[in-house]
Amino acid sequence: MSQKFSVIGKPLPKVDAASRVTGQAVYADDMLLPRTLHCRILRSPHPHARIVSIDTSAAKRIPGVQAVITGADLPVKFGILPVTQDERALEHEKVRYVGDPIAAVAATEEEIAAAACDAIAVEYEVLEPVMSIDAALGKPKDERIQDYGGPNNIHKLVALEFGDVDGGFERADHVREDVFFFQGNTHLPMEQHSAIATYVDGKVTLWSSTQVVHYVHRALSKVLELPMNRIRVIGAAHGGGFGGKTDPFAHEIIVAKLAMITGRPVKCTLTREEVFYAHRGRHPVLMWVRTGVTRDGLITAMHFKSALDGGAYGSYGVASTFYTGALQTVTYDIPAYRFEGCRVFTNKPPCGPKRGHGTPQPRFAIELHLEKIAHDLGIDPVELKRRNFVKPMTRTVNWLRVTSCGLEECTERVVKASGYRTRKRQPGRGMGFAISSYLSGAGTAIYWNDMPHSEVQIKVDRGGVTAYCGAMDIGQGSDSVLAAVVAEELGLQPKDIRLVTADTDTTPIDLGSYSSRVTFMAGNAALEAARKMRALLVEAVEASGRRFGDVTFEEASVLAEARFGTLTSAGSYTPPKIAGPYKGSGVGPSPAYSYSACVVDLDADRRTGLLHINKVWIAHDVGRAINPLLVEGQVEGSVYMGLGEALMEEQTFRKGLHKWPSMLEYKSPTFLDMPEVATFIVETNDPEGPYGAKEAGQGPLLPVIPAVSAAVFDALGIWVDEVPVTPEKIVEALRRKDKGEPSRYGPQGFPDIPYPPTIKVEPPPKELDLAAPAAI
Amino acid sequence: MGLRPSPPDYARRKLRHEVERPVDRHVIALDVNGERRELLLPVHKTLLEVLREDMQLTGTKHGCELGECGTCTVLVDGKPELSCLLLPIQLEGRAITTVEGMAGGSQLHPLQQAFAELGAAQCGYCTPGILLASKSLLESNGKPTRDEIREALAGNLCRCTGYTKILEAVELAAGRMR
Repeated sequence: MSQKFSVIGKPLPKVDAASRVTGQAVYADDMLLPRTLHCRILRSPHPHARIVSIDTSAAKRIPGVQAVITGADLPVKFGILPVTQDERALEHEKVRYVGDPIAAVAATEEEIAAAACDAIAVEYEVLEPVMSIDAALGKPKDERIQDYGGPNNIHKLVALEFGDVDGGFERADHVREDVFFFQGNTHLPMEQHSAIATYVDGKVTLWSSTQVVHYVHRALSKVLELPMNRIRVIGAAHGGGFGGKTDPFAHEIIVAKLAMITGRPVKCTLTREEVFYAHRGRHPVLMWVRTGVTRDGLITAMHFKSALDGGAYGSYGVASTFYTGALQTVTYDIPAYRFEGCRVFTNKPPCGPKRGHGTPQPRFAIELHLEKIAHDLGIDPVELKRRNFVKPMTRTVNWLRVTSCGLEECTERVVKASGYRTRKRQPGRGMGFAISSYLSGAGTAIYWNDMPHSEVQIKVDRGGVTAYCGAMDIGQGSDSVLAAVVAEELGLQPKDIRLVTADTDTTPIDLGSYSSRVTFMAGNAALEAARKMRALLVEAVEASGRRFGDVTFEEASVLAEARFGTLTSAGSYTPPKIAGPYKGSGVGPSPAYSYSACVVDLDADRRTGLLHINKVWIAHDVGRAINPLLVEGQVEGSVYMGLGEALMEEQTFRKGLHKWPSMLEYKSPTFLDMPEVATFIVETNDPEGPYGAKEAGQGPLLPVIPAVSAAVFDALGIWVDEVPVTPEKIVEALRRKDKGEPSRYGPQGFPDIPYPPTIKVEPPPKELDLAAPAAI
Repeated sequence: MGLRPSPPDYARRKLRHEVERPVDRHVIALDVNGERRELLLPVHKTLLEVLREDMQLTGTKHGCELGECGTCTVLVDGKPELSCLLLPIQLEGRAITTVEGMAGGSQLHPLQQAFAELGAAQCGYCTPGILLASKSLLESNGKPTRDEIREALAGNLCRCTGYTKILEAVELAAGRMR
């Protein structure tokens, strides 16, 4: 490291650590403004039904009830993506999943609001629900869930081809096909969604547990039919998101509307059961993959098909669909690639983004698929994967720009530390290896525009420094990153920096905490703003005949304020325009990709199918660790969440009802289930990241899941091609093996899907490989 | 959540609030963080609700209100209990400790200090409950093994940290408290 830093790279506590450990951080449900009314929402008991009538008269008569609203009061549709504006805060025509909101009550007490919901009479015409991918592909018995998309209940179809795929398969010495299934699961944040709104002086203010204050702001403006300058959205202290609070939600719109009607603050906190139905979590995805390789294991072509069970609404689904096909090429050099994707509507809570958004499912498939190819060829799986690793400073066949890439070093670190190569082979004990990559922020905004994705303002007065940014700290430490960057540039410590964040009135835009974008984008914006401020301070100090390093910060700020007047600076970050020349190319590009490699060591019990994870080794290329303590926290949390998905977490339904809508029955790992984790931070100093930094919050989840399944094969000689890898599936695969059947548990085939004609895209010209990244 | 279908004769049925129900309220004296407070409370209100709504002690969080997640853990006479499953009427004369009662003035408890230093609180929502369960553990066992810490905290879910830094923080605090 040639640069000397005083803050960057130091394992400092989070800037808000004290408020979090003393119970002083104010989460949305902790707020209780004078005269607050409590809101409860009546939700559909049917997965699919037309609403014939809604009678709220009895509810309105209940003493204490201040307002009752239905869909007629909030008819304007919204949705996170501009192309799928298909949700209403309250439905008055048709319900599409159990839990779809129908009416809402504001009352002086929560119990009264609940009683009033009971008193609302809704008459339904029940329709046949569509509960699976297969059912959604077929002709609906009654009617389609949504009135767009198609045929039948298909939401989105995509078919893209890059390079000469048929030629690639002809060149191959070995071609293999596999089918995989990844069951859906949910975020399970510890904090239930909560929002509280006021309506004062003709303006709405909403405090919410959200990851995206800006997108909530836009949705409120649209549905309430108020200009954005009449609405203020503030991110309350955040109790965990993982992607689950990245959509605008019905309850956020409802409390704002009820505050406008009643003139009083209105609060709504979802029950845990409602959180399971609010969902927007991991899509269940069925996948088919065919890959051609040379005798040496070099990939010549890949064809990947996905079918996503999307639930009842669009949510992020179009993006999720593209993500199931986009990043295969960012880890492996695939010279020819065909991707066909399909998302269907079903009568279940809508799926959306969960940590890794749309990419853990194909990562599971592709890592196991290559593992199997390695076994076919008699090549060590690590070696086969390594031969295909993507190289730094290249363009993939689907035009994604790879800059820094620490795959080799990550692999080396975990393979060495775990002793993977020299492991003792014994029945019932196994190790599995996998790699992954993830975006450091989506390269395109959710709605098309040319403005920056993140902006920071800094104010200095008489020794005080305040940084303003729309970024929402959801516990990952984005506030600490902002403070570290500003402190580093101004020669201070993070605790010297005051922060104002995630408030649409007082802070400049940041698009939100999703797609692992905040360190990279808000970090770069903060860096620009801080360097401009430093230049003002340096100029003023030098004009007085001294050097910046020789005066205190207070002295420097007084000199600068005297010289220039009010001291403000601003910085912004706009990702480079690097998307390829084809429709759908907006999903996948990122200014930089993180890389991870993982080895899982486990014991597998032949008799019971129970797995015991002994240890996980994980190396993560974060570019540069702005704060290694927080990077480790993100990596360890990702390993934990990956193990939960690999071993036990499932969001499944019976007749439209969630099978396990409680924290006891929806299994997630406890303290006793969590193994020791050895974390290695790999630094590749990305040319465009702030101080070289890339993302840490999502990528390290991805390799854990296939590594578990690969370790099960290593231990027992069976393939579980389905997530979660449960004891029942292991026992069933062993039974098949003992009977001489294929020793595998997983989906049997892939359905016929009416994909559109493939759009053929020329790979990027070779000279793009060497194109220098934009200088920062 | 109101997921049951509305019976067609609903309008004619007696509504929940109309059903004659004696409002059973009691004056209950609670000792929370060493402060005694007398409150007039409906008997069915849980300790969790009373702490948060009647005493403004919002440091105690809730994750399920069904006794499943450990988030609302408080100490009763030094032992961890789920405040969502307790009724104040059971607790007269018992000493209740919430996260607000851990620090000595502005001086953090060694556990709070260790959690802050090691990044054991990310979103911080499960943190108050885990801190209190850890405090109880360290008061009865000053030198717990890793397995003993895991066992003591197995009823507290955390979705952010993967538990690793929590384990390290409890060990660090235990060392400092000895």
